[in-house]
Amino acid sequence: MSYRRSKRDRVLVVDDDASLAEMLSIVLDGEGLTTEVVRSGDKVMEAFASFKPDVVLLDLMLPGLDGMSVCRRIRATSAVPIIMLTAKSDTPDVVRGLEAGADDYITKPFKNTELVARIRARLRRTDQIAEKLEFGDIVLDPAGHTVTRKGEPLDLTPLEFDLLACLLGSPQQVFTREVLLQKVWGYHHPGDTKLVNVHMTRLRSKIEDDADDPQVIRTVRGVGYQAIAPG
Amino acid sequence: MRVLRPVALVWRRSIQARVVASTIVLSTLVIGATGWALLSDVADGLADSRREAAIAEAKSGFRFAQDQLDASLASEPATQAQALTQMVDSLTGSRGGQRGYELVLEGPLGGEDVPVRSSAAIAPGSLPSDLRKTVSTRTGTYWSFSGLSVLGRSDSEPGVVVGSQIRSPRTGDAYAMFYLFSLHDQQDTLDLVRRALLLGGLAMVLMVGGVAWLVSRQVLNPVRLARRIAERYAAGSLEQRMLVSGEDDIARLSISFNQMAASLQSQIRRLENLSRLQQRFVSDVSHELRTPLTTVQMASSVLYDQRERFDAQTARSAELLKRELDRFEELLSNLLDLSRFDAGAAQLELDAVDLSEIAKQAAQESILGRHGIEVRLIGVDQPAVVEADIRRIDRIVRNLLTNAAKYSGSPVVEIEVAQDDELVSLAVRDFGVGLSGDENLRVFDRFWRADPARTQGGTGLGLAISREDAALHGGSLLAWGRKGEGSEFVLTLPKIVPIGDEDTGRGPTPVVRTVYA
Repeated sequence: MSYRRSKRDRVLVVDDDASLAEMLSIVLDGEGLTTEVVRSGDKVMEAFASFKPDVVLLDLMLPGLDGMSVCRRIRATSAVPIIMLTAKSDTPDVVRGLEAGADDYITKPFKNTELVARIRARLRRTDQIAEKLEFGDIVLDPAGHTVTRKGEPLDLTPLEFDLLACLLGSPQQVFTREVLLQKVWGYHHPGDTKLVNVHMTRLRSKIEDDADDPQVIRTVRGVGYQAIAPG
Repeated sequence: MRVLRPVALVWRRSIQARVVASTIVLSTLVIGATGWALLSDVADGLADSRREAAIAEAKSGFRFAQDQLDASLASEPATQAQALTQMVDSLTGSRGGQRGYELVLEGPLGGEDVPVRSSAAIAPGSLPSDLRKTVSTRTGTYWSFSGLSVLGRSDSEPGVVVGSQIRSPRTGDAYAMFYLFSLHDQQDTLDLVRRALLLGGLAMVLMVGGVAWLVSRQVLNPVRLARRIAERYAAGSLEQRMLVSGEDDIARLSISFNQMAASLQSQIRRLENLSRLQQRFVSDVSHELRTPLTTVQMASSVLYDQRERFDAQTARSAELLKRELDRFEELLSNLLDLSRFDAGAAQLELDAVDLSEIAKQAAQESILGRHGIEVRLIGVDQPAVVEADIRRIDRIVRNLLTNAAKYSGSPVVEIEVAQDDELVSLAVRDFGVGLSGDENLRVFDRFWRADPARTQGGTGLGLAISREDAALHGGSLLAWGRKGEGSEFVLTLPKIVPIGDEDTGRGPTPVVRTVYA
């Protein structure tokens, strides 16, 4: 694990509830993070460009532009980690948020410690591989966190990079969803398999020729996932 | 029997077959009885008229014969035998070849071997012995029906025999004289009538059967249509309607049927709407309450972390604030869960779950250690895998253990897992204060507490939610107890969650042994 302690990490808090937004700032400032608050969906991109956050804390219910659309817009320009704040623990909403590009989610009400743990987990890189890895036509470079496929650079988020690196780092090994949650998301989400499922789908759509017939990462029914050695 | 089975099947399943068959049977009986009565009436009538004519003819014959006998004896002294032969010849010859009777003359009577003269080769059996005896002993005219048979021919035909005594005036010898009239023509007529009746009856039965088939079809077709549509309603498609034509009973049936479907449809829509509204409301309340609650909890947490810097009273206040906020949060989340169950909006995320593993993990729960409780695990050495939502199952088991730790006062808690081919049961058993009487049922009531004076936090909703969770899996959660001895809660889950209607009353019966039941 490597922490970037050189500067204070910056968190963009997007929430329309003034009290909650202020309370989030107080707690995160207390944890040594720099925060900026945006209270409307329309102003997020503006603040995003000027503040250059390391993590975005995004409430799904927003006036102006809704959370899902904000999520998609940020993803279109940046790979910055996004953590959704949601009052709805109902699965469909969470899955839609994850599909819109969020890396993780946290359900209100939450404990301060839990919130901070999740933000820290997204700020640090979990070093799944130490050196450059070639896997068929896919090349992972941990130094620059870059991935190329057939020489073409792939646009992966840090989370997707870690997920891919974790699987390719130990080819043939079958990873259960629980293990992936622990190794990639970095803290224990008991039984929350939808996080893995949604991200795996998105990762496959970027690295596979046909995401419906994956050749690199295979699903092992009822168990988990496995990277298939090329050749 | 094998041939009868499809017939029996048609009989059981088709009203039309039953209607047609019973119509045919009943009309056969009625037509048969009528035909039989008619036929015997006709037969009697024919026989009677023939008999009367026969008797009249015979009587005149007897008179003529007596006259002949008297006259012949008076005019010329011939022998009796000659006189009688002449008499028979003259009687039978008088109507040429077209005579409708045969004659038999017996006598003189009284001897052992009575000589017989007859106009044709009449067989001996043709004369009924009763009639012979009567005629030979008494004077007067007697008659009887009999079968006439001619020697040399095997068949006999019905006939009527009329007999009388005639006396020879000179010798005083008695003779029995019999006229035998054939009923051949009457028999022919009767046969004709019978054939006609039989054919007519058969045709009538067939036609009545056909009519019954047509009529029953007319009545049953709409009923069959209604049945098919009702089947589609039952399958969930309430869009179907029956065609209404005319104003008869069938049309009214169709109208009522359509009204029923429409009312069902509107009821279902109304309920769906209500359910949607309820879900929407729950979702809104959830969001509206959760956001301020989050802020308050974060603030209380900040205060709680700083409590060492406060004076004693403020510090205690911060502690109480945090504790009760946690309880408030639990209560809110429990209420939202219950409301989701009530709205039918709770969803299962199914996975393979090993209840033995769950039991082993639950035994490590810190609350058990805090209350100094010894946990005994039974039957957890082999996997007991069910299809279940692990979070809900985990919640149930943890809730049962927490209750045992908090309220039973038992030093030992047993967790037992048992299974058969279809079910897995997990029992949490304590040896504490136990449950009495109706408490066995009331423990699952919302906000129910064993001892209202002793509320140690908690929401009073845990067991109600656990029971709903179990029911959602098509399983059951049951409780038994004896006052002062202990209590047990048994969770029973099917290995495969049944599809569709999960609310089947009480759910499955436990496969684990139940101590307090």
